[in-house]
Amino acid sequence: MSNAANLTFSQPTRHMTQETHHDYTGSKLGMWIFLVTEMLLFGGLFLVYAVYRYMHPADFHNAAQDLNVFIGTVNTCILLTSSLTMALSIATLQKGQRQAAVWLLLTTILLGIIFLVNKYFEWTAKIHHGIYPNSAEMLRFPQGEILFFGLYYVMTGLHGVHVVAGVVLLSIMVNVIRRKPCDVHVFGAASPGPAGVRRLTLTDATGHEMWTSEGIGELIDSVSVVVNYRPSEGRMRPQDYVALENCGLYWHLVDIIWIFLFPLFYLIT
Amino acid sequence: MKRDDMNADHQHHEHPAISYGKFVGVWLALLMLTALTVAASGLQLHVVGVVTAACVATLKTLLVLYIFMHLMYEERIFKIALAVGVATLAVFIALTFADFPFR
Repeated sequence: MSNAANLTFSQPTRHMTQETHHDYTGSKLGMWIFLVTEMLLFGGLFLVYAVYRYMHPADFHNAAQDLNVFIGTVNTCILLTSSLTMALSIATLQKGQRQAAVWLLLTTILLGIIFLVNKYFEWTAKIHHGIYPNSAEMLRFPQGEILFFGLYYVMTGLHGVHVVAGVVLLSIMVNVIRRKPCDVHVFGAASPGPAGVRRLTLTDATGHEMWTSEGIGELIDSVSVVVNYRPSEGRMRPQDYVALENCGLYWHLVDIIWIFLFPLFYLIT
Repeated sequence: MKRDDMNADHQHHEHPAISYGKFVGVWLALLMLTALTVAASGLQLHVVGVVTAACVATLKTLLVLYIFMHLMYEERIFKIALAVGVATLAVFIALTFADFPFR
C-alpha cells in the first residue's frame, strides 16, 4: 500500500478510526455448524428411508428398477467434477490467480445447471409414465413402491433445491471475487464547534492538494470518509476469500448428500 | 503467502495450500469408487452389496470432507462440531432400530 495520499482536515478535528473486524476461523466454524444441521435434516430422511426399506425390501428393489442407472451415474460424475472445480477455484484464488478462480467457479455453476437439467428430464420421464405422488397409476402400486417413489421425489427434490441454492450462491460469489480483495475503512470526523466553513482536503506526500471537499458549514454535524483498500493480487489474505470457502463447503455438502442418495435409490436392484 | 497486517488478525492459522495434483487425484479416486459401486450393484451380492455400497459411500465422503473441504487442515474444534452431529445422528438411528423392529 503506497503512501501517495494523506487525508488531512483543513482545521484539525477529532479523528476516529473504525476497523472492519474479521474472524476467519469463526465464520468458517459457523458454516460447519450449519452444515451439521443440514446433515441432520437429510439424516432424518435417510432414517425414514431405512425403516421403510426394512419393512418393504421386495417393493423397494422392484421400484428401484424403474430408475435410470445411467443418468444417475452421469449425474454423480457431474457433481463430483463440480466439487473438483470448486476446490480448485478456492486453491487458485489462494494463490492470487483471480481470473482462473472465476473461470473455475463458472464451470462449477455450469455443471450444477447440467445436473439440474438431467434431473428435469429424469423427473419428466417419470411423470409421463404416470409415476408421481398421488397419481392414479401409482396408487395401484404396492404400498412399498408408493413409499419408495414418495421418498425419491422428496429426497432428490430437496437435494435439487440445495443445488439451486448453491448455484445462486456461487453466482453471487463470481461477482464478489471480481470485486475482492477489498478492505473498507471508514473514518468519521466529527466537526462540532464554532461556525465557519471548513474543507476536507486530500493531499499527496508532498502536501500538494489532490482533492478538496465542499465547504463544511455549521449545518453539517459530521463527515465520514470511506477508504477502499485494494491490495494487489499477490497479497491475498484468508479473510478475503472466506465467503468463497464457505460457499465451497456448502457445495461439497450437496455433493456428499448425492453420494448417499445415488446408491440408495439407483443401485439397490 | 505474504500478509498485509493492516487489520491485525493473528488468531487464525493458514492451512498450507493443497496442490492441484492432489485435488485431481482425489477426483479420480472418487470417480473410480463410483465405478466400483455401479459395478458391484450389477453382481447381485445382496447383503455384501449393501455393505460395499455403504463402505464406498463413507470412503467417498471422507475424501470430500478431508481434502476438498480442507477438514484435514482445520483446527480440532471443526472435527468436534462434526463429530457431535454424527454422534447425534447415530443415536437417532440406534434408538429407531432398537425400537420399531420389535413392535
